[in-house]
Amino acid sequence: MNTLLNNSDLFITGFRNTLILFFFSAIFALVLGTVVAALRVSPVPAMRATATLYVNIVRNTPLTLVLFFFALGYPKLGLVPIDFTTAAIIGLSLYTATYVAEAVRSGINTVPVGQAEAARAIGLPFTQTLTLVILPQAFRAVIPPMFSVFIALLKNTTVAAGFSVFEAGAIRANLSERGEPALTGLLWVALVFIILVFILSALQRKLEQKWKVSR
Amino acid sequence: MTTHVPGDALVTLNAVNKHYGQLHVLKDINLQVRKGEVVVVIGPSGSGKSTLCRAINRLETIEGGTISIDGKVLPEEGKELAKLRADVGMVFQSFNLFAHKTILENVTLGPIKVKGVSKAAAEKEAMALLERVGVGQQAPKLPAQLSGGQQQRVAIARALAMKPKVMLFDEPTSALDPEMINEVLDVMVQLAKEGMTMIVVTHEMGFARKAADRVVFMADGQIVEDESPEEFFTNPKSDRAKDFLSKLLTH
Repeated sequence: MNTLLNNSDLFITGFRNTLILFFFSAIFALVLGTVVAALRVSPVPAMRATATLYVNIVRNTPLTLVLFFFALGYPKLGLVPIDFTTAAIIGLSLYTATYVAEAVRSGINTVPVGQAEAARAIGLPFTQTLTLVILPQAFRAVIPPMFSVFIALLKNTTVAAGFSVFEAGAIRANLSERGEPALTGLLWVALVFIILVFILSALQRKLEQKWKVSR
Repeated sequence: MTTHVPGDALVTLNAVNKHYGQLHVLKDINLQVRKGEVVVVIGPSGSGKSTLCRAINRLETIEGGTISIDGKVLPEEGKELAKLRADVGMVFQSFNLFAHKTILENVTLGPIKVKGVSKAAAEKEAMALLERVGVGQQAPKLPAQLSGGQQQRVAIARALAMKPKVMLFDEPTSALDPEMINEVLDVMVQLAKEGMTMIVVTHEMGFARKAADRVVFMADGQIVEDESPEEFFTNPKSDRAKDFLSKLLTH
């Protein structure tokens, strides 16, 4: 307990940064992933191909490499300079979006084709058919896998510790510098993660109850 | 039921052809449906009648020929097609009510999003339509809470809410329990009496006799007969139609 209380500054800053990374990456990944999933079912072949290429390239690359690219490779391109936190958020978003896209796409596939036909038959164009009829039902169907993706994202934020972002994954190293026992520090970090994931799971249960699709 | 005088051509199919792989499912179809006419399409399964119905609002694409609605040839995918579809009401065999929306929302979605009607006006209109098909009480419920017959009547109200020029019915009673078929057919007969232009794919011969101006008999992707109901049922000309009708009457 002393390890936690005497170093609460480290824990608070660390987890605050973790939550910042998680929050922004989750939102960007959700938006981008949904757009990519929509592109993958679009009637335009070029859009489908682009989205498929993106998913296959980014999802097949280890997260560490994606983050390496944004933290170390991107600055060398001489584009707009970004700090490490922003770089980590971009990397995590692009990486997680591929998983979100696949979850949403599997959700889209669960929606009976008659739903889209009925939407088209009343004159809704493709985009509205998707946003008003298909996606709301698709999301309801994929809450459990979607939350798995977000839980993985929460834990993946610790990879950013390797790139000078001080978040939860970096707490242990800093504790060691202060002469605290490493194992105790790690256990506390793990415990806080478990609590955070519990909160996410509770949210998942709530959404599942609220959004039950009855057919 | 030929009291009303049919007007100009509303739906015109001209030399329409379609294949599913090797199967030639629509063979050189020519059909004209005039304003106010009720055309019932019957035929054995696999004869292409559902495909014909779905092709009219381009849920099925065609490979040859043209389909025009009120003088306008069906466009390719896109905004123009969406606009044209809004004028063509469609009722499906499996109802296809939007599962995540209430009955009222099912009916108001099209008017609000496609026609830009205000929410209040759309809801008022929707309630009137739901009352008309006898499911006004169900407005706040979700589709899954309704019986099949009720769902199909909502589907009819949803299509009517767009004020379509023509209504397509693709086997509207085939997925219903027998005791629910009549409540749907009654609504359809009423619509026909009010002068709605209707193309109805069905196995309900009673409806064809009662409400149809013309019966189109299809077999193997072709229109074999196109007659008044009396003529078709009492004096079928082709062997194919005679055979079909004799099988219906055995039980």
